[in-house]
Amino acid sequence: MTATSDREQMAYVSAQAADARVNVELDTGDMTLNIGPQHPATHGTLRIACQLDGEQVVVAEPIMGYMHRGYEKLCEVRTYPQCTTLINRIDWLGSFANEVPFILAAERLMEVEAPPRAQWIRTILFELSRIANLALFLGDMGVQIGALTPVFFAFRDRERVLNQIEEVTGGRFHPNFDRIGGLKDDLPKGWIEETHAVMIKMRTFCDEMEDLLVGNEIFQARCRGVGVIPSDVALGYGLSGANLRASGVDWDLRRDANPGLAWNEVDWKVWTHPDGDSFARYWVRLQETREATRIVDQLLGGIPSGPIMAKVPRIIKVPAGEAYLSTENPLGEMGYYVVSKGDLGPFRVKIRTPSFNNISVVPWVMKGVYVPDVITILGSLYFILGDIDR
Amino acid sequence: MTDETPPDETQKIDEERDALLADLSEGLNEILIESHLRPHEDLWIRVDKNHWQDAAQIAKSMGFAYFGFISAIDWQLAPEGRYEDTEFDGGLDEEEDPVEPDNSTGYAGGETRFQLLMQLYSLERQLGLVVKADLGDDMTVDSVREVFPGADWHERETHEMFGISFAGHPTLQPLYLPTEFEGHPLRKDFPLLARQVKPWPGVVDIEEIPEHLEAQLEAEVMAAFEANGGAS
Repeated sequence: MTATSDREQMAYVSAQAADARVNVELDTGDMTLNIGPQHPATHGTLRIACQLDGEQVVVAEPIMGYMHRGYEKLCEVRTYPQCTTLINRIDWLGSFANEVPFILAAERLMEVEAPPRAQWIRTILFELSRIANLALFLGDMGVQIGALTPVFFAFRDRERVLNQIEEVTGGRFHPNFDRIGGLKDDLPKGWIEETHAVMIKMRTFCDEMEDLLVGNEIFQARCRGVGVIPSDVALGYGLSGANLRASGVDWDLRRDANPGLAWNEVDWKVWTHPDGDSFARYWVRLQETREATRIVDQLLGGIPSGPIMAKVPRIIKVPAGEAYLSTENPLGEMGYYVVSKGDLGPFRVKIRTPSFNNISVVPWVMKGVYVPDVITILGSLYFILGDIDR
Repeated sequence: MTDETPPDETQKIDEERDALLADLSEGLNEILIESHLRPHEDLWIRVDKNHWQDAAQIAKSMGFAYFGFISAIDWQLAPEGRYEDTEFDGGLDEEEDPVEPDNSTGYAGGETRFQLLMQLYSLERQLGLVVKADLGDDMTVDSVREVFPGADWHERETHEMFGISFAGHPTLQPLYLPTEFEGHPLRKDFPLLARQVKPWPGVVDIEEIPEHLEAQLEAEVMAAFEANGGAS
């Protein structure tokens, strides 16, 4: 070893000191990353304030209220038929399904029951809005993790379902078709055959998604084992719908607490998945979409004849009482707690929306995940902002 | 008036909910104040506010593991009237007698203006349960977020909308409203500004049918019903 000159030694020491200084001066503490409010994964305007340690999330805090419209307060100053106009706009991808539990709650208080034909058509439209809603999810999930093709397929095929809804109700997104005691109108001529054809198309769409995404290696690598929610946590947070069933809880309000619609007249299956990860949530929704097309097909074959409206007074006054009624909506359990004082409108309406509970698990599930997984988890939990903010 | 069971419902017996109520009264003991059961529909119980957390814990241990929601009801009547006293107010009931203000406080009773509301579901029994509690003047109740983690956001929402405090909740910040917002919007005495600025034209949303057409229309509707077998 040659002896180093003083100068060289000095250079070495000063370099070490500079490095040390840099290490001290560089802030290696937590960094805050805002995901949203405008982000494709947020289906509206939701901000997730993530505190990062390197690539890992330390705390993820959803910040909402960008779309709070105060529907609970507005419902208090409207009559019952006027409330459905607002309620349509909660989960805007499956609007008809929003109306049903509210109408059913009002019907329960009035002790009115819609005639069987209305119940069947309601169930069909309910399932159609489920297909339209979930079809978008099935494609959109691909976009979240970088696959662009599925979403175009989804928009293309969802349009067919929306056309069927529009043909009956006159509205693509906000039908406002359900009435206390029945439905506004009967089905148009030739609609049943057309819908059968659309259901075949939707099953093909589900197969395509299965080929494109479920079987895709990259998709599996990005989703399997990411964002695992065990069943006890899911129950405690009140997760519902496919998010709960993907955690292995076999619970579906359509089967278990049927409020009088036609689901128990047909043969279908509740799909569950034991894993509780993002992949399971996608898979369960895919199976549910396929199952919904089968439900619609079966229901179309057996619509009973008869009136579509029960005899209700023209001016609707709901007797005093309280009712909580919930149904299995595309996103999960949607319920309305309606308090009536015998007036033209409700005294208080508490809207229990599925997305609010589904997204409240975010701070828990995002602890320690990596930044790219944040998007996967958000996408797979699947929420609609209108459904969170109301 | 709401606590009376309509006569036709007395015949209906709901064994599952009867059994559930019996179990609950045993489990909750003196915490349970009052209960109300609508056969084949729902079960309401009212518990002591001081044991709100215990009630949640007991209900959870009895199988009510699924958390639905937490909210509140303000039973006070809105001082401005239901339609905020627009010029159309009462336009539909001109011939009827004025309605007495209804000061009842819903199923399972209640003594205070604000009432807490919690909905739980039991997957084993496949039954829902609505738990209520009266709130005193201090407007404070124990947080149940230790029992049901999902209650966190619901309590925050209830706090900003009604001004109810949840003891033991670390972050009672507003969820929806801006931080500088004053007031609690879902209280009945919080005015709806849009209604005060402009009367609501939708109060009269059904046009009166002319008298000479009314009988004819009624007959047509009845004929249609009878043609369809008279089922309603």
